[in-house]
Amino acid sequence: MNPRHLVYWAVAAALIGLPAVYSQPYHLHVMVLILIWSFAYTSWSVMGRFGLVSLGHGGFMGVGAYVTALLWNHLGLSPWIGIPIALVCAGALALVVAYPCFRFRITGHYFALVTLALSGIVLQIITATRDYTGGSLGYTPERTKGSVFTALQFVEKETWYLIALAVWAAGIAIWYWIDRSMIRYAMEAISEDEDAAAAAGINVTAEKLKVTVLSAVMTALAGALYCQYQMFISPDTVSGIAVSLQMVFAAVVGGIYVALGPTVGAVITILLAEMLRIGFGTKAVGWDNLVYGVLLVVFIIFLPKGILGSLLARMKSSSKR
Amino acid sequence: MADIFDVYLAEAVISGILLGGVLALLALGLNLIFGVIDVTWICYAELIMLGMYALYYFYSVYGLPMWVAAPACILVVAVLGLLLHYIVIAPLLDAAPINQLLATGGVLFFLQSFATVAFGIDFRNLGIRLPVLAIGEMHFSYARLLAFGAALTGMVVVYLFMTRTYIGTAIRAISQDRQIMALMGVDTKRLYLVTSAIGGALAGLAACLLVLQYDVHPFVGLSFGPITFLICVLGGLGNFIGGFVAAFLFAQIISLGGLYSDLEWGYVLAFAFFIIMMFIRPAGLLARRS
Repeated sequence: MNPRHLVYWAVAAALIGLPAVYSQPYHLHVMVLILIWSFAYTSWSVMGRFGLVSLGHGGFMGVGAYVTALLWNHLGLSPWIGIPIALVCAGALALVVAYPCFRFRITGHYFALVTLALSGIVLQIITATRDYTGGSLGYTPERTKGSVFTALQFVEKETWYLIALAVWAAGIAIWYWIDRSMIRYAMEAISEDEDAAAAAGINVTAEKLKVTVLSAVMTALAGALYCQYQMFISPDTVSGIAVSLQMVFAAVVGGIYVALGPTVGAVITILLAEMLRIGFGTKAVGWDNLVYGVLLVVFIIFLPKGILGSLLARMKSSSKR
Repeated sequence: MADIFDVYLAEAVISGILLGGVLALLALGLNLIFGVIDVTWICYAELIMLGMYALYYFYSVYGLPMWVAAPACILVVAVLGLLLHYIVIAPLLDAAPINQLLATGGVLFFLQSFATVAFGIDFRNLGIRLPVLAIGEMHFSYARLLAFGAALTGMVVVYLFMTRTYIGTAIRAISQDRQIMALMGVDTKRLYLVTSAIGGALAGLAACLLVLQYDVHPFVGLSFGPITFLICVLGGLGNFIGGFVAAFLFAQIISLGGLYSDLEWGYVLAFAFFIIMMFIRPAGLLARRS
């Protein structure tokens, strides 16, 4: 076992053991949020890194959160069954929208704008069906008393921390799995030149679809988890264009070409928002997004690889020397 | 019973046409920017939002007369468009299109939260109540008629500018071939700035018209921004006539959808229509199929 692996195991052990040693509820809460959003941002970057910029991920997240909560409240279906159904719904939605997109070669700007329409549709449908979803006032899954495993509701923050950690780790593992698979080579070829890739024997539509559906399903899982953890969802926090842009933003700031980039992005954005909130209270409304906006522009102009991506690139080039 | 129904239908159709005029104006500015500079301003609706605030402050707070306030508002947004191009777009002209899109997305965040910080989240309006025009049993507010008229006038002015002036001709030429124009001795940078200013001015005009009908708040851009992009894409980005047709189509769908059900369903229908049309005509309504 080389020292590098040792470091990985040590970090993993530290992350798992953390709540046993340290369990200040607020800090744990922030960590859970960071892990859930990191997972969502990682899901976005699974397709975003190949130039498939989707602004529809707010829609997938909304489907994940709302389908799970609606099935629980109206049909009494446990989230253990509801979440898989929600994931299938999000996957199907991704398939329905993405297949024609890829079939008809809708790429770049156009793809981003079609997916933007998708997140708009999901937001409007949630708002329009207010008799069931509570509309823009938000929606609360019915609470059980205390922690109930079958209802996927836990009072203890430690439990949620471990669940979020496991899901996040799975997200990173999926990222690595794609990074090492043929899909990555196929997708990189496609993002450079679709015709050449097709001529080289790559099934362009199928490869793009695989990545898109995987990414959508992962995002929906993030939405469902967020819903179960927060026990409150509203169209503005889990769906719509603002959420989509927030995902893109965090992933780009952290770096979309490295595994932990979106996680770094989530840490930065959430800590920034929380610090501003604590430091300035209600006066801080808007300031976090003000800083995000400036950062996003600055990053795209000067550091398109993101914080972690640029750091790693610098370390690599200096170690070669 | 049938008569009453038809009155509502006619009212909805005409409201749709009036809405279509304003949407067409919004789409025109965005199309101009895209056609010439090949950049999508995701934050276009937020420029309009700032314009609405500008008019609100000029007119209601500083008490300037409307004939001063409205041109001043248009000027302010034109300058904003210029700055946007100079600060954000110009350094990214050679970057991947998607990076330009995301950078203007950052500007969207910035402008929205800037408005939140600077103006607060209260809904504000000019406090002008224009009378309502009644034709038979149909009712239309003068604000909407005025908006429709001004939008059409604005479009005609831009059309004349583009076809009858030297700079307009150069702008149209540049949208046909970017590289050649620079070789012909045309200062493309200057033309980009002029185009950005015109795009901004159109946003300013739209702001003046919208603030007559709607309250302004920092997130007002989200309520018509996405629609504007969809219209432009549906018409074919950069295709002025396509955008014009698409604006009226969209307005009818929203208006008629709202007649039969809630307004949200009108929007859902419009979005769904958009996605289906993208599959049928990916390059825009009026594009020839290759």
